[in-house]
Amino acid sequence: MTNEATILNSTQSDQLKAEQLKAARQARYSPGQSAHQFSLYLYPLLALALLLLVNVLLDPQFFSLQWQDGRLYGPLIDIVNRSAPVALLAIGMSLVIATGGIDLSVGAVMAICGAVCANLLVLGDWSIPAVIGLAVLTGLACGLVNGFMVSYLGIQPIVATLVLMVAGRGVAQLLNQGQIVTFQNPDFAALGSGSFLGLPVPVWLVLLALLIMQLLLKRTALGLFIEAVGCNAKASRYLGIDDRGIKLTVYLLAGGCAALAGIIATADIQGSDANNAGLWLELDAILAVVIGGAALTGGRFSLPRAVIGVLIIQALSTTIVVSGLPAKFNLLIKALVILLVLMLQSELFRNQLKALFSFNKLRGGKA
Amino acid sequence: MKIKSIVAGLGLCFVCHSSFATTVGFAQVGSESGWRTSFSESVKAEAKKRGIDLKFSDAQQKQENQIKAVRSFIAQGVDAIIIAPVVETGWTPVLREAKRARIPVVIVDRNVQVQDESLFVTRIASDFVEEGRKAATWLMSQPQAQQQCNIIELQGTVGATAAIDRAKGFNEVLAQHPQAKIVRSQTAEFTRAKGKEVMESLLKAEQGGKDICALWAHNDEMALGAIQAIKEAGLKPGKDLLVVSVDAVPDYFKAMADGDANATVELNPHLGGPAFDVIEAYLKGKKDTEKLIRTTGDLFLQDTAAAEYEKRRLN
Repeated sequence: MTNEATILNSTQSDQLKAEQLKAARQARYSPGQSAHQFSLYLYPLLALALLLLVNVLLDPQFFSLQWQDGRLYGPLIDIVNRSAPVALLAIGMSLVIATGGIDLSVGAVMAICGAVCANLLVLGDWSIPAVIGLAVLTGLACGLVNGFMVSYLGIQPIVATLVLMVAGRGVAQLLNQGQIVTFQNPDFAALGSGSFLGLPVPVWLVLLALLIMQLLLKRTALGLFIEAVGCNAKASRYLGIDDRGIKLTVYLLAGGCAALAGIIATADIQGSDANNAGLWLELDAILAVVIGGAALTGGRFSLPRAVIGVLIIQALSTTIVVSGLPAKFNLLIKALVILLVLMLQSELFRNQLKALFSFNKLRGGKA
Repeated sequence: MKIKSIVAGLGLCFVCHSSFATTVGFAQVGSESGWRTSFSESVKAEAKKRGIDLKFSDAQQKQENQIKAVRSFIAQGVDAIIIAPVVETGWTPVLREAKRARIPVVIVDRNVQVQDESLFVTRIASDFVEEGRKAATWLMSQPQAQQQCNIIELQGTVGATAAIDRAKGFNEVLAQHPQAKIVRSQTAEFTRAKGKEVMESLLKAEQGGKDICALWAHNDEMALGAIQAIKEAGLKPGKDLLVVSVDAVPDYFKAMADGDANATVELNPHLGGPAFDVIEAYLKGKKDTEKLIRTTGDLFLQDTAAAEYEKRRLN
């Protein structure tokens, strides 16, 4: 800080001052941060690369991409496309987790918003933007309920969102009257299975959401505030940050993201299945956020890394399907690989591994 | 005086009630799927036809609600109770209470695990193995299946009785046809979304599905999802790939009418008829019914699909 003050007080031109200030700030924010950042991205990407490698060994055509019906077509596109709903959930979940909270209700919110879409489309007379708008509003309303309970009523996040996790699916079932509501609407279906500039529409939606969120977090103070609230809510309040407002905002954003995910899932199968839409996806989203290196205690998060986490989970699912192993091994394999990925992430484990190797070398040298 | 007349009135009412209609309590699981709804409707319609006074209870997928319902049926003194259990375990105490009240109990659909089989009259269930056999027999009768026929199988939830038994029946028939083989088998958890996702990957792993002759799905929902995936892969479901599954839900009839699917074996929702048969026989004095009665639905093909869709959609 003193460094910056001297720069400001010096008798240089404004432009020079600004440049020096920038350099000084970067030095302050990132002492050795670039190397740290690199390793944060290295291990998730390494895990993803390994999984893709396994896929190529199982199916040599895995990386093949064809141009078919005006869009790219291939296993890689499938992985990115299938990741979309969970990626959206993970973006919202990252923010919630960054404030030290958790949102278990996103899967149920997906089901509610899907049911809203399907029912509006069946009733007819609703334009696509209106349907999307109402579904997103529904998601935001759900987020508002969660956020209000957590921030203004002081209910523990895991309990507050558990309410909607259980009740939300019931609401969706009520909307659908216990049935799977299907609709015929090619325009709406395009949101799930259509393509734009060669890539599936869901992928574009994720990229758009990621871009907007990143801009919101990095170009405004919101990201900093969220981290501050996650690190220490009380201290941030004394600093003048509206911690309750911030918490309410992140649950709202998570609800909005869940609504988008619900729209994609519903458009994809052209129907709303209240029992199964988004079922357990909140857990996948939390897992992805953790694989992305976020702390569940709050204060540390990264949206791009959470999305990489989602890609890892989806690539793993695809690997299991393509592997041809009996279906009863699916969950076991998934658990083992996720465990490996998480251990790879852990610095403690890596150091122990290193120590083990150097010990072996030492012994080998003596023998 | 007053009390006497009330007692007499009650007695009279009881007499007229029991002589006019059989009262049956039905503890249903809930209404979690289209199949369950048609099952409930079928039981209600059957009761009306036979002039049975049906007391219907929806347990909303919770066993405690079902047990409560059964207890209230016992308290009301119904003539018989039908239970479609949510889960297999935990039924012994309430079944004992029914037995003590001398009310016969018929179990339908899912199984119950009790040590003492005399606690219920009989169990009426769908024969999943036979469903698998019917699906395979139809598939093997098709001209496409006479030469080399590679089949993709979409399994139900791992460990579910319906999934295990349907696979068993299908494979039994397949074993007699050496030209046919299941080349890929994966679970899609009985859901449409998973059916689509898994089929996408499997088709790509099989060189775009060029050499696949049929899709065999353990239920219609998965098949409906898979049909979308087949279309997106640039193939024609129903022609390039035969599609056969089990359940007979309305949406699947629409797919068959459109030519996207070929055949489905109905998961019989008409369990009410046989249940009432057993109850009526029991009340007339036939106490030695078999402990398990199996029913299977019919095979439906494209020719009747449009008409069936119209019929079923209205329900």
